[in-house]
Amino acid sequence: RQQGTELSASISQIVQRLRGTHLHSQIERQAKECLHQPDIKLESLKEDVRSFLKASGWERKLQNAVYRELHIQLPPSHPAAPPEHLKEPLAYMRKAQASWEKRVLKSLNSMSTELGVPLARMRPAAEQKELANKWNEMGTDEPDLTRFRPVYAPKDFLEVLISLRNPNHDSSEDVGVRSHWGLIQVPLNVRDVPQLRQAYSELNLTNGQLGIDDNAHIHPGLVAEQDSAAAQQYSRQGCPTGLRAELWGLILNSTNQPQDVMHYEQLKAGVIQHDLLVDNLIYKDVKLTASNDDYYFVFEDFLYQVMLCFSRDTVVLEHFKYNSATPPRSYIQGKAGDQECEVVYPPNGVIPFHGFSMYVAPLCFLYNEPSKLYSVFREMYIRYFFRLHSISSSPSGIVSLCLQFERLLQAHLPQLFYHLRQNGAQPLRIAFKWMVRAFSGYLSTDQLLLLWDRILGYDSSYLCFLFLFHKHTHTHTLQAVLADLSTLKVMPLIQIFLFATAI
Amino acid sequence: MAGKVKWVTDIEKSVLINNFEKREWIQVTENDDWNFYWMSIQTIRNVFSVDTGYRLSDDQMVNHFPNHYELTRKDLMIKNIKRYRKELEKEGSPLAEKDENGKYIYLDFVPVTFMLPADYNLFVEEFRKNPSSTWIMKPCGKAQGKGIFLINKLSQIKKWSRDSRTSTFVAASSGKEAYVISLYIDNPLLIGGKKFDLRLYVLVTTYRPLKCYMYKLGFCRFCTVKYTPSTSELDNMFVHLTNVAIQKHGDDYNHVHGGKWTVSNLRLYLESTRGKEVTSRLFDQIHWIVVQSLKAVAPVMNNDKHCFECYGYDIIIDDKLKPWLIEVNASPSLTSSTANDRILKYNLINDTLNIVTPNGDIPDCRWNRSPPREAMGNYQVLYDEEQAQSENAERDLRSRSGQPLGSKGIKGSAGVRPAVATWK
Repeated sequence: RQQGTELSASISQIVQRLRGTHLHSQIERQAKECLHQPDIKLESLKEDVRSFLKASGWERKLQNAVYRELHIQLPPSHPAAPPEHLKEPLAYMRKAQASWEKRVLKSLNSMSTELGVPLARMRPAAEQKELANKWNEMGTDEPDLTRFRPVYAPKDFLEVLISLRNPNHDSSEDVGVRSHWGLIQVPLNVRDVPQLRQAYSELNLTNGQLGIDDNAHIHPGLVAEQDSAAAQQYSRQGCPTGLRAELWGLILNSTNQPQDVMHYEQLKAGVIQHDLLVDNLIYKDVKLTASNDDYYFVFEDFLYQVMLCFSRDTVVLEHFKYNSATPPRSYIQGKAGDQECEVVYPPNGVIPFHGFSMYVAPLCFLYNEPSKLYSVFREMYIRYFFRLHSISSSPSGIVSLCLQFERLLQAHLPQLFYHLRQNGAQPLRIAFKWMVRAFSGYLSTDQLLLLWDRILGYDSSYLCFLFLFHKHTHTHTLQAVLADLSTLKVMPLIQIFLFATAI
Repeated sequence: MAGKVKWVTDIEKSVLINNFEKREWIQVTENDDWNFYWMSIQTIRNVFSVDTGYRLSDDQMVNHFPNHYELTRKDLMIKNIKRYRKELEKEGSPLAEKDENGKYIYLDFVPVTFMLPADYNLFVEEFRKNPSSTWIMKPCGKAQGKGIFLINKLSQIKKWSRDSRTSTFVAASSGKEAYVISLYIDNPLLIGGKKFDLRLYVLVTTYRPLKCYMYKLGFCRFCTVKYTPSTSELDNMFVHLTNVAIQKHGDDYNHVHGGKWTVSNLRLYLESTRGKEVTSRLFDQIHWIVVQSLKAVAPVMNNDKHCFECYGYDIIIDDKLKPWLIEVNASPSLTSSTANDRILKYNLINDTLNIVTPNGDIPDCRWNRSPPREAMGNYQVLYDEEQAQSENAERDLRSRSGQPLGSKGIKGSAGVRPAVATWK
């Protein structure tokens, strides 16, 4: 019975969300228009319209839209639970996230004060014109950004995660064989290898894997079917290079409709009208990361375009319903403290950190049209990437991911774990930066895309826990591997770790 | 074979010297007995010149063919390719087939090009057919982007010809400061909005029979400045030229990656955005034009058995994914602009030496030129005429109908123009 009520609650929630969408009006129009067709009979009207919608592909589009809603839906909860519990059920996690946000916002505000740069300002007409003209070559600009510093870097965030404690749990009392010697000291459930094998069963040694065997698992009709769910299942074993862009678009249900293009153009107009303080951070981030990267420097201009538009996209705010984070708020200049003049800042509620643009960079290999690139990135962000830099107890959040990594390493490569720890190199300190970026900028692009195939396929960035220590237990080779991951082959490492580790 | 290779070079580059030292070869001077001489193209001219030249012995090897310029000088390459096409056409070869506009279907891989001043009238005629076109002027004998400029009005070339009459044009009759003028590819493929060209390395160990290898680790060279086809930018050479030597003077030059992107990146990007099929076709076409350019010069090349050569091919891809051969360099730069570049060039030399001096032994110019697969490193066989002919012969035996495509051209043209067999 409980399940039944949950289900009907979910259904009504989805119905409500889809009502009034562009898809809704499109389907309605199609249904009306088909009434003029001779094979639609009055006596079997409902059935005939339904089969028309099915034959013309609209039913599939609706299914894909519903499937997408299921992915970004709130987790089921007790009806009496307050809304903040939906974001994060554990009070100490909520508190930690809130105080982290406060710190980040404070640092942004003091940057604004110290440098005398307003959080936002309208650009004068001449400047607007200039920016519009060089929209496609923002990279040729060399403004002086030495005064701007990234608000935070992954290592600052790691310190916060390390200091997390559950006040109801005394970790000193259970010292024993199962004690955890890693940096993360909160009691969350993580999986052991048998559980991981079950969760990632498609990756087993007998299944064909793209990234190991290039001729593995061909499915000719897949793209033609336009089925999000089927594409997602397929992606678990990897997408062929030539189909990846299309399959990811399908899985994410971002199909680059005219309204998406229009939305992108509006965001672009917003960038041209207003100058934000965070633009400098974005600019600096791209310059420090992608512009110096052997794989991504070519796409520098696309990265500015996508990141600047992203910062102004209020559609992103929706994801804060299920993100433990809360969008930062600020006041319109001169109106501090006035509740009515409170605004979310930046407009999308996401303050970029050092390395943020690397979430976008690999996608530039797949989409050469900025609006398409944009909508795929945004969807990936609100599904997966946000979890990699917010504090939560979510099983696919960064805290669980770190704990999972440390537990696996301690259990299966104890010598290595202790060796590193003894030498003052906690393994997580090495691996954290990789995980926060979902390995972007560390693996070679072809390997990264194979890894992200599985992120989309399993609908979680959880697979980013580290596996690559396996073969390289010798410390001297390990040093080299840790310094440069770009020669690694991802899928064999994951597969061997998960399915060939003795348990 | 006993004994260590004695080497000389007049190019003091660490990627070379480190490779020789790794093999424990012994450095000598050019006046000593040497086995292996990695030399500049100026030196090769002396080695093989009638006055100062000397007979190379069987255990000596050099890194250029005596008249490599048949391929590596812009004007001569064009001349040879034009001749090759005409010969194939005369023979009625299916390779020389033309489309309804009179363009070669398989052999249209260099931009329309004329020699100046010799072909001036032909050029003017072509220019008038399409007056809005842009052309690129290049001095025949210079490399690294020197002396290159663009024109889009006939008056510009008239002015140039007046200005240079006193100096270059006169010298042109001696063949030294001649120019080629080529139709500028004004629809290049852009990636991230930027223009680029491809640099590929090709090793030739013999021209007759032709045997050549393609190096897998080529790269794209990107312009640091955004590409705009507008003519107002014609003077800004950074937009148009991708030579690192030129780009290094641009303000945006990045010393981490040096504007270089690997061919594997290019392939991944094209397969992802355009599909596997068209991408494979593009790379097949690139291989095709390299082989055809070599076949075009094979009959005139002095196929000296002491020689091998590693060429730098410059190719531009247009937005329809058609590759165009721009030029071939006889001494591709061994200067390393970035750390990755150093590794690449070190490996390029290493793999080249593994093929041309098997096991690091003292060279024997009668070597069989069939390295074992494991010695090839990042090279792959691009074309092996001997093997292609024996395969074709087998095919002919099986079915006597139809003419085999691959090897026919070379047999025919070799007959028309007997090659210089020895240089002395």
